[in-house]
Amino acid sequence: MARALSPRRQLVTTLAAWTVALLIFFPVLWMILTSFKTEASAVAMPPQFLSADWTLENYAEVWARSDYPRFFWNSVVIAVGSTLLGLLVAIPSAWAMAFVPGQRTRDLLMWMLSTKMMPAVAVMVPLYLIFQRLGLLDSRIGLVIVLMLMNLPIIVWMLYTYFKEIPGEILEAARMDGASLWNEIVHVLTPMALPGIASTMLLNIILAWNEAFWTIVLTTTKAAPLSAFIASFSAPQGLFYAKLSAASAMAILPILILGWFSQKQLVRGLTFGAVK
Amino acid sequence: MTISLGALLGATASLALSGAAMAQTTITVATVNNGDMVRMQGLMDDFNAKHPDIKVEWVTLEENVLRQNVTTDIATGGGQYDVITIGTYEVPIWGKQGWLESLNDLPADYDVDDLLPAIRGGLTVDGTLYASPFYGESSMVMYRTDLMEAAGMTMPEAPTWADIEKAAAAMTNKDAGIYGVCLRGKAGWGENTAFITAMSNSFGARWFDENWVPQFDQPEWKATIDFYLNLMNNYGPPGASNNGFNENLTLFQQGKCGMWIDATVAASFVTNPKDSTVADKVGFALAPDNGLGKRGNWLWAWSLAIPASSDAKDAAKTFINWATNKDYLALVASKEGWANVPPGTRTSLYENPEYQKVPFAKMTLESINSADPNNPTVKPVPYVGVQFVAIPEFQGIGTTVGEIFSAALAGQKTADQALAEAQAVVTEEMKASGYIQ
Repeated sequence: MARALSPRRQLVTTLAAWTVALLIFFPVLWMILTSFKTEASAVAMPPQFLSADWTLENYAEVWARSDYPRFFWNSVVIAVGSTLLGLLVAIPSAWAMAFVPGQRTRDLLMWMLSTKMMPAVAVMVPLYLIFQRLGLLDSRIGLVIVLMLMNLPIIVWMLYTYFKEIPGEILEAARMDGASLWNEIVHVLTPMALPGIASTMLLNIILAWNEAFWTIVLTTTKAAPLSAFIASFSAPQGLFYAKLSAASAMAILPILILGWFSQKQLVRGLTFGAVK
Repeated sequence: MTISLGALLGATASLALSGAAMAQTTITVATVNNGDMVRMQGLMDDFNAKHPDIKVEWVTLEENVLRQNVTTDIATGGGQYDVITIGTYEVPIWGKQGWLESLNDLPADYDVDDLLPAIRGGLTVDGTLYASPFYGESSMVMYRTDLMEAAGMTMPEAPTWADIEKAAAAMTNKDAGIYGVCLRGKAGWGENTAFITAMSNSFGARWFDENWVPQFDQPEWKATIDFYLNLMNNYGPPGASNNGFNENLTLFQQGKCGMWIDATVAASFVTNPKDSTVADKVGFALAPDNGLGKRGNWLWAWSLAIPASSDAKDAAKTFINWATNKDYLALVASKEGWANVPPGTRTSLYENPEYQKVPFAKMTLESINSADPNNPTVKPVPYVGVQFVAIPEFQGIGTTVGEIFSAALAGQKTADQALAEAQAVVTEEMKASGYIQ
């Protein structure tokens, strides 16, 4: 049972939580505010808030200058595609590691995680050459594969943690009832691990949506997602902060909405198994 | 249902013919996000009407990202881009490596002899033009006419560094938040290193002697850095070591700087009343010198080139000819006025009486003409480039040296320490790269 807090302590805790939340959210809030200012107002010192010149001009210009729907659709296909493909590979892998562990399972998991520690730029030229030979440059399928591989260690690790929480006896009972391996994974394991799978999926969609190295290096026009859309509004000379903010706001809005509606699921999934 | 063989053949032939008539070559143009490039994208109707057989697709990226992507693509023969936007730093290096297609065979109406000689020289390697300039720029002094007047001073058309120091002292009013001079301090080979290298040319300094031996231990460099640090510490804005082009632009537009020595392209920004609070109070002068025969201004041209890996070279040349031809300048002028024409590429533009009325036209031309990338310094050097050294290693060492000078400006090291460190770092890199033993 949760411990009862005194009203005073509850107030302090609430205030602390709001302060931390606002600190974390402040850059996003400032970006959204900047996107509605004129360029001159956006860079004014001291920063302008109430006295700023508000305008919708930046959104109009960003919309007119770019084919936003095309970038958006590419982001959707790449983020969702790479996540679904990742789950397809990771669910059987995590099942094997959780329920039929070998002597080296722990080492294997650590090795998978260690690949995340390598800087992406280290494999840029080899990967670029492979993509060029296979005709995958500037293709959505190419990016789906790369982002799937990039996020696979996280997907496997998260699923492994969730699967470990499920009692092996239930799967054993299913097997004794004559369930095949396929039925065991699809009809017994998956429904039980659904909250975990859902939060893994959401987190990976967010990671893939925000990825801004490979999506810019490996695309030009046809497969470029919203990360490339944002990059096109940064300028070496001249004022561009308000327009860049508008482009960024347009790029993060879909994922912000997704995060807002699925926050319960996300928090539940991320804290799943944290307290035993 | 029966269809006669003749009718089928006829239908097939007409389909094939209509397909051939509609065949389009698609070219991918990689570019940076700046006003002139954005304007060009808005004028594509003209190109499309003249060349319906060519479809242009754009990739717009931040300068450094563009450089990385294009370098990777060209080095691996990826063929993702048909036209690329590159600067005067890349052209000599990439041209020598055979990465770029020659543009010597552009049609006669391109009028190659009309290109400004300094710009053309920077884009030519061994007699071959490897890139066509889209806009060119140098650097110059932009100053507040009202503050100079209030101080009872007049800015010479060709000031010395001593004039700049005197004016900076007179205009500085820290209580009112006005600083005499704003210069680049943010680290980067295209940021503070570009400015300080161009400045050092006017102090008689050079990056390397004729045998590629680094020269930061020479008195000319000491004089350059001492002057730069004193000027900025006494009359510059606080936190100047974080200021690059855009930060200084903001400061100047908000009336916080008495002078700003930077790219000529900034002239159109600071005189634009929409963004600048001092639009009608800006004067222009040549970049300063020290009487040694070289001024402290640079030379840069954003140019269009064709990677050797492109499989649509003819269509790419057609596009480059359209975008960098004299007719394009006239097209921009007819739609958006002469002040918005991409500057600094063609002699005929500066001979045009209409363009001569633009307030910064004369100073831009004189600044560009006074920079010579093939002979940038007082003493002889083995390299090409005014504010850079056109060798592949420069991006790395230029940024490292920029970080060292930026730290000195932030007060983390003295001028002597900075120069000793720069000498050591550059010597090590030049040894590792085999230039010196």
